[in-house]
Amino acid sequence: MSVSAHVSRADLGGQLGHGRVLPEAEGELWHAAWEPRVLAMTLAMGATGQWNIDMSRAARESLPGYAAMSYYEIWLHGLLKLMLERGLVTEEEVTTGEVRTPPRTLARVLREADVPRVLAQVSPTERRIDAPPRFAVGDAVRCFDGDIPHHTRLPAYVRGRHGTVVAQRGAHVFADAHATGRGEMPCHLYSVAFDGRELWGHEAEAGGLLVSVDAWEPYLSPA
Amino acid sequence: MEHSAHEHDHSELGPTELRVRALETVLTRKGYIEPAALDALIDTYQTRVEPRNGARVVARAWVDPAFREWLLHDATAAIESMGYRGRQGEHMVVVENTEQTHHMVVCTLCSCYPWPVLGLPPTWYKSAPYRSRVVREPRAVLAEFGVVLPPQTTIRVWDSTAEVRYLVLPRAPEGCAHLPQEALAALVTRDSMIGTGLPLPVGALR
Repeated sequence: MSVSAHVSRADLGGQLGHGRVLPEAEGELWHAAWEPRVLAMTLAMGATGQWNIDMSRAARESLPGYAAMSYYEIWLHGLLKLMLERGLVTEEEVTTGEVRTPPRTLARVLREADVPRVLAQVSPTERRIDAPPRFAVGDAVRCFDGDIPHHTRLPAYVRGRHGTVVAQRGAHVFADAHATGRGEMPCHLYSVAFDGRELWGHEAEAGGLLVSVDAWEPYLSPA
Repeated sequence: MEHSAHEHDHSELGPTELRVRALETVLTRKGYIEPAALDALIDTYQTRVEPRNGARVVARAWVDPAFREWLLHDATAAIESMGYRGRQGEHMVVVENTEQTHHMVVCTLCSCYPWPVLGLPPTWYKSAPYRSRVVREPRAVLAEFGVVLPPQTTIRVWDSTAEVRYLVLPRAPEGCAHLPQEALAALVTRDSMIGTGLPLPVGALR
């Protein structure tokens, strides 16, 4: 892991100033012809096994230009970053479209004939672990409060907040470890619900609101 | 001079389009990707993995109480029994709207979404306005979708921060009990399965 802190630009929950939501008709998938190519290249390169899904999320979410990019621009630049970091391509190659360095040998390449099988393939993240779950449904918990210097799935808006465990989801691959090359480190996962007033205080919208996140055990302590 | 894999006049293309073409050319020449595989991936997500799948799941839950029970207790297996499985659908949870509770789904951190039943997420689902606001002011967000709920309804927002994927089971529209399952499925909108919409009224069927 790099010594420089990882900064997520994607943790948007509760932020102000983003304007109106613009609903869209069903079936309106793309806004430029290159977008499906970026989606497909990301999936195809993902299938080569050079990184895992949490590493690709970390690459996208830490892009300095994140806020100004469209969704598939984020995917494009995330993909470039993953490949450049691993020496699969060079900056010059992706700018010119000309191959300048010998290709790396990849154990797997996604072929057309394999697409249906690969797409139907599931990659469950649930694992069996020996440790019993520390929390039960109904338990009061508090989320870790503080900065996290690496990729994480604990949103800022619940840090330090008190919530209630509403479901045990089994033990799952721990995204924080998986994204940073520390292996799967599976641990118990819970849905934890927070009252709107706990999250937003007197600014909470009128009417009942419960917001839940899925939190791995290391994020939580008894409250 | 060598020609790129996409031999076109590039004069009218924007910088991102050019960059994407250059990237695809390099990856193809390096043997990392197969363009025909990209076409097959895109075709799949445009035609087969889409929200009508989820609509059929919902319609069946409306008419088949045993299936509804199964769906609410083991959504992954119940959905898979209808032939919908694949990436981003490994750990499904279905949350059921009632008179008291309305569910909404978001991923504030990225764009997690149950692909096998809903296809690729719409742009607004992945956008900063939706991701930032729905956990804070869901009623204001719903109003932008034209949905107004009674003030006594509790809103439950599910932020998909891990690999669990949520599908909302909306309430069946009034007066639909006599309809066959296929007609019911036509009333189930994508947005009603995310929680930003409601199913169409029976009168919407012609």
